[in-house]
Amino acid sequence: MIASMKNRILDIQPLNSAKLFWLIALFVTVFLYLEGKGLFPKWMFKVPRKSQIPVKKYISNFMDWLVEEANFGFFTFKELTRGISGLLDIPLSFATSLFSTGFMEGQGSQALQILPPLSWIAVIAAVVAMGHYARDWKLAGFIGGCFLYLAMFGQWDSAMVTLASIVIAVPFGVVGGLLLAIGAYRSPWFEKTISPVLDLMQTIPVFAYLVPILFLFGFGPVAAMIATIIYAMPPMTRIAIMSLKGVPSEIVDFGNMAGCTKRQLMWKVLVPSAAPGLMVGVNQVIMLSLNMVIIASMIGAGGLGYDVLSSLRRLDIGGGLEAGVGIVVLAIALDRLSQAFAARSEPIHLDGHLNIVKRHPWFISVSLIVLLSLVLGLFVPAIQSYPQSLELGVGTSLAELVAWININFFDALETYKTFVLVYFMVPVKLVLLKMPWAWTILLLCVGAWQLGGKKLFLLTLLLSLFIVATGMWEKAMITVYLCGVSVVIACLIGIPIGIAAAENHRLGRVVQVMIDTLQTLPSFVYLIPVVMLFRVGDFSAMVAVVLYAIAPAIRYTIHGIQHIPSALIEAGITSGCTRRQLLWKVKLPLALPEILLGLNQTIMLALSMLVITALVGTRDLGQEVYIALTKADTGRGLVAGLSIAFIAIIADRMIAAGSRKAKQRLGLN
Amino acid sequence: MNSSVKLSCRGVWKIFGPDAKNFLAKHNHKPKSRDLKAANLVGGARDVNIDIHSGEIFVIMGLSGSGKSTLVRCLSRLIEPTDGEILFDGEDLLKASDEEMIEIRRHKMGMVFQHFALLPHLTVLRNVAFPLEIQGVSREKREKVAREIIELVGLSGRENYYPRELSGGQQQRVGIARSLAVEPEIWFLDEPFSALDPLIRREMQDEFIRLQNVLKKTIVFITHDFDEAIRLADRIAIMKDGKVIQIGTPEDLVMNPATDYVAEFTQHIPRAKVLTAGLLKDDFDASIATAGSVFQDTVIADIADDIEQADKPFAVISAEGTPVGLLSRKRVMDVLVGREVSL
Repeated sequence: MIASMKNRILDIQPLNSAKLFWLIALFVTVFLYLEGKGLFPKWMFKVPRKSQIPVKKYISNFMDWLVEEANFGFFTFKELTRGISGLLDIPLSFATSLFSTGFMEGQGSQALQILPPLSWIAVIAAVVAMGHYARDWKLAGFIGGCFLYLAMFGQWDSAMVTLASIVIAVPFGVVGGLLLAIGAYRSPWFEKTISPVLDLMQTIPVFAYLVPILFLFGFGPVAAMIATIIYAMPPMTRIAIMSLKGVPSEIVDFGNMAGCTKRQLMWKVLVPSAAPGLMVGVNQVIMLSLNMVIIASMIGAGGLGYDVLSSLRRLDIGGGLEAGVGIVVLAIALDRLSQAFAARSEPIHLDGHLNIVKRHPWFISVSLIVLLSLVLGLFVPAIQSYPQSLELGVGTSLAELVAWININFFDALETYKTFVLVYFMVPVKLVLLKMPWAWTILLLCVGAWQLGGKKLFLLTLLLSLFIVATGMWEKAMITVYLCGVSVVIACLIGIPIGIAAAENHRLGRVVQVMIDTLQTLPSFVYLIPVVMLFRVGDFSAMVAVVLYAIAPAIRYTIHGIQHIPSALIEAGITSGCTRRQLLWKVKLPLALPEILLGLNQTIMLALSMLVITALVGTRDLGQEVYIALTKADTGRGLVAGLSIAFIAIIADRMIAAGSRKAKQRLGLN
Repeated sequence: MNSSVKLSCRGVWKIFGPDAKNFLAKHNHKPKSRDLKAANLVGGARDVNIDIHSGEIFVIMGLSGSGKSTLVRCLSRLIEPTDGEILFDGEDLLKASDEEMIEIRRHKMGMVFQHFALLPHLTVLRNVAFPLEIQGVSREKREKVAREIIELVGLSGRENYYPRELSGGQQQRVGIARSLAVEPEIWFLDEPFSALDPLIRREMQDEFIRLQNVLKKTIVFITHDFDEAIRLADRIAIMKDGKVIQIGTPEDLVMNPATDYVAEFTQHIPRAKVLTAGLLKDDFDASIATAGSVFQDTVIADIADDIEQADKPFAVISAEGTPVGLLSRKRVMDVLVGREVSL
């Protein structure tokens, strides 16, 4: 029957061998779905434990050796890592004292405060000053408002603990990333070495390396900060490499012709010329550090993250929401501020010769306010810390709102949920789980070959065999299913929104603000309302992932459509296209490579969010990582984490190859 | 003009692609175009031999991809040539160590770039002072020097502006000022006016001629614009596919193009703008009455009106004022209407 159908289709239009292959593959897949389970031995679905490669054990053993025995002659590895954390503790405790606890004399309960922390008035004055310096009064007011919110809604103390850790983590992340980037810029060999490591670090879920960090650096704010730095550094490194390479070659030539030494060329010519790009990296580091706030509290960070986590554990939705909103407010404030600084890096000249007060108006007035509030704060407590009697609470009213929705819309929400689960999510899950792994890998590898040739084929084969050999296949398929379903829904919603926003300027502006805000929110925050509305399970996970991952699908679609050369659109209009034809026959095909890149980003974000949704009860690799974290099982966590990273890398490489092909075909460089 | 050779390149090759050095050795240092093509290599500069004299404006002219930018970067060793010698005051630059090269560039070379290459984070003053800053010259001294040069290029009052606050022409004035800050012995200009509007370009060319009259530098000037080359050059080298196909004065090129390719550039150039009185003169004869005198290096276009209206020939005199020949009305008319002229 298959053969006759094949012939019929062959009659209609000549098929090349690739299309033919996929047609046959489709039939085989349907057949396997219907009949497959009985035809193959069990090990084709799940590799039995005794033939798995015990990578978990190797890693755990290595970790034990590292912690217990490794030494460099004069000191052990553990002493080294504890030394590093001791060193990092110095700036961190300074910042914590400055923002939160005040400077103490003595230990424990006998400690005496010799200097109070910065008063809330001083901190707000400082951020307002920075806002005005970076852009204008509007931004200053906005940022001041955000911080005032934190004070008024009782989040001040936790927010300052969080701010202290970010103030220290960000410079380390930025400088570390910049130094790595300089190394990569100078030595192509070094770049080749770190590039796959960066790939891995950006795709492996944070949970997976929390455990080793715990072993090496202990539990506490310092370990949490190290995890944050490790998490935030790879994107900074990448952006810094790109910015350094983006410095026009003429400027590099000029530096050489002026007789710069290597060091002068780097620090006086390249780095300052790349500053606007580097500031984008700084913004990224700040946002990623905030994103880590809740996760880092699992290994000992205090502050807002800890509040959210402990509220979630107590099922105190109101409290969790309050602290969550606190993080969001802090994130938005710091995001806008650092973006304004990034935009400001194109300087404007100052007139004439000003005296020192006029030259540095802000520095001097903020210093005055800090001193004044310090002295006055000793006499008037309300100046030192925001008076508790004036604090407001929104937690209860928010919780009530959710309860009200749940009571009144329960049936409607439940119907949607059941419909999507039964007709979409469950069938996809079953198809993936019913395929023997060899067949799935075969299809993957053929696709890889067609898109990217031999190299991509080999990469795909090796990475997917790792997942099989370590016994992660079944869980990996659940991850693929959840990720795939979420990405499809995110694209189905996101791409049309992107198209509409690109066609209509007013809508475009609204959408832009929306996705900017969505991307500022730490991933954890999405879980809270979703769980409240849909309770735990795959559907909640899917909704949270869609919300978190939809932004790039929209952003890249807008970007792709808006950046089509206008001559091509004019050509379409003059040849008499209707609006619909213009969209389908001109704009979308030309925007396709860009949309594919958006799809790629969406997948990456979806995978990173999936690990966090393990908290709402999925059964995938994310759950495996999370269990490993709670059991402090290094090997188990890393292997599952690597599997997620490998899925991400395969998807990334295949889509990138596809986008490249599409671009070539369209003659866009 | 002092005609000692300042910068000279001998058999310079720059081949882009893997294993270029072995490739050259294998082909006895004289590979043909088809050899390059067969090996999938690109010849950026191919067997270039030029001498640049002290105090002259030497223009390297070629279309995009002709290798002129590669060549000027070989001359300053921004690109390492694959083969050959670059002699600067008789010393081979290619044998200089990194430290020596830094010293040479700090004190003897200046370069102006097509897209200005100003540092975006520094003011005009600090941009111009930058080459001195990295030499460790004191702030007071380098800013004094910078202010003088800024005045020379006509940007006084803009010292505290940042590059992006200036127009293209002004930015290039900063670029020129900066390259002059170290009082270089040799001045490279890589298409300095190509990124400017035509009107500004003309103005900057005049400015450049004015500056050179004051400074008398040895100049290597790169351009893709033949009119610009004719206007500015003492001598021109025409490049194509990495090779220098002809070197000569503007007159030489217009009157005796070596190949059809050169002729294509020169044919639309009005000869009256290139040919000089000295070139067209007949032998001097003191017995013939003259209507006046013209300097021998004046181009015909500038004196055509006077000569046309006079019924007697003009005396052609040298820069010192001694008569060296006679210029008849007929000869000038021949040039103006485009008849063959015998030289």
